[in-house]
Amino acid sequence: MADLAETDEAMTDAAADITDVVCPVTFVKAKVALEELEEGQTLSIRMNDGEPVQNVPRALKEEGHQLLKLSENGDGTYNLLVRKAGV
Amino acid sequence: MAEADYKALKSGGFMRQVQKNHFSMRLKVIGGRLTAEQLAVITKISQKYGDGHVHLTSRQGVEIPFIQLEDIDAVKVELQEGGVAIGVCGPRVRTVTACQGSAVCPSGCVDTYPLAAAISERYFGRQLPHKFKFGVTGCMNNCLKAEENDLGVKGGYTIEWKKDACTLCGVCLKACREGALTRTDTAILLDADKCNHCGRCVKSCPFDAWHGEPGYILSFGGTFGNLIAKGEQALPIIRDTETLFRVADAALKFFDEYANPSERFRVAINRAGWDKFKSEMEAAYHG
Repeated sequence: MADLAETDEAMTDAAADITDVVCPVTFVKAKVALEELEEGQTLSIRMNDGEPVQNVPRALKEEGHQLLKLSENGDGTYNLLVRKAGV
Repeated sequence: MAEADYKALKSGGFMRQVQKNHFSMRLKVIGGRLTAEQLAVITKISQKYGDGHVHLTSRQGVEIPFIQLEDIDAVKVELQEGGVAIGVCGPRVRTVTACQGSAVCPSGCVDTYPLAAAISERYFGRQLPHKFKFGVTGCMNNCLKAEENDLGVKGGYTIEWKKDACTLCGVCLKACREGALTRTDTAILLDADKCNHCGRCVKSCPFDAWHGEPGYILSFGGTFGNLIAKGEQALPIIRDTETLFRVADAALKFFDEYANPSERFRVAINRAGWDKFKSEMEAAYHG
């Protein structure tokens, strides 16, 4: 998993902010952002604590995407780094 | 059928209606599952012998109301030929309910339908001092409301952390709602006393670093009719159906032995004593 440790926010291909929506739009917005990317590209998703961070990572995993890292921003939000899976 | 034997009709799933000589025909449904073919048969019977509507019961059953007394035998035959079984009422094991479980639902920890079918196969219709309800729910979300049942079954995971697969990404720490997980620089620590077996860590982990072993959490003595009481957990999580059935056998035996006629399981346990009940369940659990 050495490559994961080296994955940096600055290296992400795109970013999405889903802190302005609630379930189930959180998942939809993240999914739409991932659809813009090519397979293998990474997306950083900013989400709120609580329900979004409990459920959005799992929902993206179940869609087959690769979750790389979850980091706390210290302001009640989290950044989830995801690598897009092939279809 | 000149003289109606209401008790026999009731045990055979015919519920007397307000309207004289009319019955609501209760069907046997396991875990709320009917095939399209069965639904077509039910539709036909309802139109031919009923008034063209069915009632979906509170426990995933189906009743066909407005069957006339003289048609009961014909209805029985036509249902049977169409692959639809007749339900029961009265002092016996009732419809076994279930959610869709892990076969369909992403949240499910156990495959509920085969278990509900096995429970139904073993106990459905068995005579007891009073009605007895089983319900199977696949996970902690408890869509099927396990604790409303005389014997509720709830799916859960016994979890184990796989150090080598873990990247310490932290997803499980947030997925856990019980505060059972903490992270150090080198490990994820589990507080087993706080773990409720929900399996959210397993489901959310991107790296399969949590292994979840499916199991069953039983609750006893739930009732939601005249008396309202939540089923109580008396045993640790059960890992195999053999143990589950050993315990369920013992629970029904306890009910048979200690209940007065027309007394619900809950009341019988209350009177005989929960300590006594729990020790008998523990004995069955350990085999």
